[in-house]
Amino acid sequence: MTLTTSTPGAGPTADAAAAGGADDQAPSDALLRVRGLRVAYGAAEVVHGVDLDVRPGEVVALVGESGSGKSTTAHALIGLLPDGGRVTGGSAHLGTGQRSAALTGLLPDAWRRVRGVRVGLVPQDPGTALDPVVRVGEQVAEALVVHGTPRRAARERAVEILADVGLDRPRERARQYPHQLSGGMRQRVLVGIAMACEPELVIADEPTSALDVTVQRRVLDLLADLTGRAGTAVLLITHDLAVAADRADRVVVLKDGVVVEQGPAARVLGAPEHPYTRELVATVPGRNNVPSAYAPGAGATVGTGEKAAPSGAAVAATAAGTPDEGTTDGTSSEATAAGAIALGTAAVEPSPALIEVRGLVKEFRLGRRERLRAVDDVSFTVPRGSAFALVGESGSGKSTTARLVLGLDRPDAGVVELDGAPVGADRATRRRTQLVHQDPYSSLDPRFTVAAVVEEPLWAHRVGTRAERRDRVAQLLEQVHLSPDLAGRRPAELSGGQRQRVAIARALALDPELLVLDEPTSALDVSVQARVLELLARLRAERGLTYLFISHDLAVVRQVADHVGVLSGGRLVETGPVARVFDHPAHPYTAELIAAIPGARTPAHPDRKDLT
Amino acid sequence: MAAYVLRRLGGAVAVLWAAFTVSYLILYLLPSDPVAIMLDQGAGGERVDPARVAELRERYGFDQGPVQQYLTLLGRTLTGDLGTSISSGAPVTGFIADAFPETAKLAGLALLLGLAGGVGIAVLASWTRAVWLRDLLLALPPLGVAVPGFWVGLVLLHLFSFTWFVFPAVGNEGFASLVLPAVTLAVGLAAVVAQVLSQGLREAWRAPYVETAFAKGSGRARVLGAHVVRNGSLPTVTVLGVLVGNLLGGTVVVETVFSRQGFGRLVENAVTTQDIPVVQGLVVVAAAVFVGTSLLVDLVHPLLDPRVLAGGHGRAGGGAR
Repeated sequence: MTLTTSTPGAGPTADAAAAGGADDQAPSDALLRVRGLRVAYGAAEVVHGVDLDVRPGEVVALVGESGSGKSTTAHALIGLLPDGGRVTGGSAHLGTGQRSAALTGLLPDAWRRVRGVRVGLVPQDPGTALDPVVRVGEQVAEALVVHGTPRRAARERAVEILADVGLDRPRERARQYPHQLSGGMRQRVLVGIAMACEPELVIADEPTSALDVTVQRRVLDLLADLTGRAGTAVLLITHDLAVAADRADRVVVLKDGVVVEQGPAARVLGAPEHPYTRELVATVPGRNNVPSAYAPGAGATVGTGEKAAPSGAAVAATAAGTPDEGTTDGTSSEATAAGAIALGTAAVEPSPALIEVRGLVKEFRLGRRERLRAVDDVSFTVPRGSAFALVGESGSGKSTTARLVLGLDRPDAGVVELDGAPVGADRATRRRTQLVHQDPYSSLDPRFTVAAVVEEPLWAHRVGTRAERRDRVAQLLEQVHLSPDLAGRRPAELSGGQRQRVAIARALALDPELLVLDEPTSALDVSVQARVLELLARLRAERGLTYLFISHDLAVVRQVADHVGVLSGGRLVETGPVARVFDHPAHPYTAELIAAIPGARTPAHPDRKDLT
Repeated sequence: MAAYVLRRLGGAVAVLWAAFTVSYLILYLLPSDPVAIMLDQGAGGERVDPARVAELRERYGFDQGPVQQYLTLLGRTLTGDLGTSISSGAPVTGFIADAFPETAKLAGLALLLGLAGGVGIAVLASWTRAVWLRDLLLALPPLGVAVPGFWVGLVLLHLFSFTWFVFPAVGNEGFASLVLPAVTLAVGLAAVVAQVLSQGLREAWRAPYVETAFAKGSGRARVLGAHVVRNGSLPTVTVLGVLVGNLLGGTVVVETVFSRQGFGRLVENAVTTQDIPVVQGLVVVAAAVFVGTSLLVDLVHPLLDPRVLAGGHGRAGGGAR
């Protein structure tokens, strides 16, 4: 788990020398100075000489896609590289003057005097980052105990910390186990652990990417509040440019282990210089419907605020913008038509309904007496050829609704009609409705080849001869822009975007009328996400498909859907055309959701005031 | 918690009943005539008297229908009466009461030794940073699983009894006579414990909460003690119930090799002489031991892993699939 020592006993002397060398390009007041950092796993170097500075109290975002080395860099700085990983070159120093310490080449004991006390870590996944069999309070107290606080005092302090991070009834919470807390509460606990010893620097590794958008906002607010009060600097690792734009003073863009651009957040995200940064900024969903339309001008429009707001521009677009986007999209006249429908009143549905949902109810038993009403009297209509999005947070009932629409679960009350006939668990329904799962890493059988994955539905429904099926598979792969060479590969050999294309090809194999897309891009990097969304838009236009789109990402919803239904606690609190709902949310919960979209926190933006 | 305990208890009773019923079906309804066997033994191959056969059939209830027989036996068993031995006529409970303490001593010591060895190997392998030592330690468990128990017993006998005269080779007298059989039994147990536990520890070391603990500034010893062992030992606790039951089976071989009186020897004798009431009594007692240890494990589990009691909160069933 710990770094192999390349320069054991790097003491103050070595520090001074290294710091002196760094000073000519760094602000001398930098708290964290990283120079030429190189990290390798075995023989493969993944971080190739990263330079970055974090000043005291400053928030620096390290952004990049998966594989860019941002997480590796962060872990190297706290000495927690995974097995086989080691720092092969460069230096990192923390603190100035007397307090200066090297963060490379430390022995385990030296690391223990840095971790927790001087550098805290907020890990990525609150679901797994807390020990499931240890009480929460005990886990917070451990952060103090290991640095010498007596156990009793540490326990008392842990309760105070839990109160500080905004947990209600902290004394009770301290005695609970992680599984009894929600994801947001767990991440608060982890923030509390990181801040327990009031370190000078907190490294936050994608701290909210596993959380719902409103929870994400509250946790980031908490982190900003606590670190702001304590004057703690933050190195924020994120793939989400909108989060970086909202939260960081400066942004460092990493690509393939190399820093391609760094500077003040507003400058880097508002007027990016490097082509890669420009591409990243342009592919932020919701910013623009046309990925190819990003132009120097696009940067200029959002660069007006103090901090850039990549998706703010799109969120603030007016209802009149929707049909325009439909046409410039170049997908088809159908998209325009759908856009026009979106502008009409919600009550009138001019095109025939493909899916009609009336009074849907689904309950789950929790205990002997307790029941959870996961879906509570939900009704909506999806016209043929349109895209309807269900949005809401985890537990809002959106996935359950999707399963009911697909006939995978039976509702306790209400009906789902497909083309006027109730859906059932029969094979005819299966042919007409298909599902694309959230996670392309687990929805494909790892032992199947790509061709077998795509062919399976055909085979299961006994469609065509073997030769015909093979042709159909080739055709389907072409439609989702996958090279025919990939047909013989297995899922493990594909990237996330390629896998999701395979999943889409599989869903299309039986020529369904309805595709249920359950968070189809949430596991993908932004630029990959943009390409998959583009593919989905094109397929819908070409094949006249109807989409039921499940998402918690409102920016994505804005981009792909005509109509949107907002679920909260199993109830549909608001439905309507996307543009109307986003610009004039009628329900307070919808307004809260929209306000929580990262990238929208630009106070200078005139259109944002009504939403926050 | 109360509901959980009741559910487990109910399950335990059901398993006991099933063990009794299945053993009844196999032992009494299979085409072998226990009375004929019994008389064969006494008569040494001479023709048997039909009147005597009828009398014995009546005494053991073999003249009744199978359902009647089953209910009678079940009722008797519930009152703690396991019937009488066909070969000796003595009550089965007496045999078991004599044999069981000897075997309990043996199995208990084997359990202690096996746990100590298995846990020691796994924790040391997990703790050490010396790659050669870890590789060596982790090579032991597969070896221990692969080597048959009787062979280990014979090797130990040869070395410690016949070459160095440290421990007695046979008998039930004193603690010294217990050592070699217990070690023999413990080898297989330790191997499985070491294997399951080191796998669990390996997985626990990779868990994100370990990173969180290191990030707090905890050292390796603390992380191992506070987080890795607690999480990594859960699968071992689960298999322990089965392993204790297997110990009982292992005593059949070990008690034969070391000529010890006990449960295992009793099983061996009862089976070879087809003494059906004794065999069934032993099956029921063995099942009770199995069920008891499993129940114990189930009841201890929520203390180690608080998530056990919270189970069943997920999606309720697959619906119409």
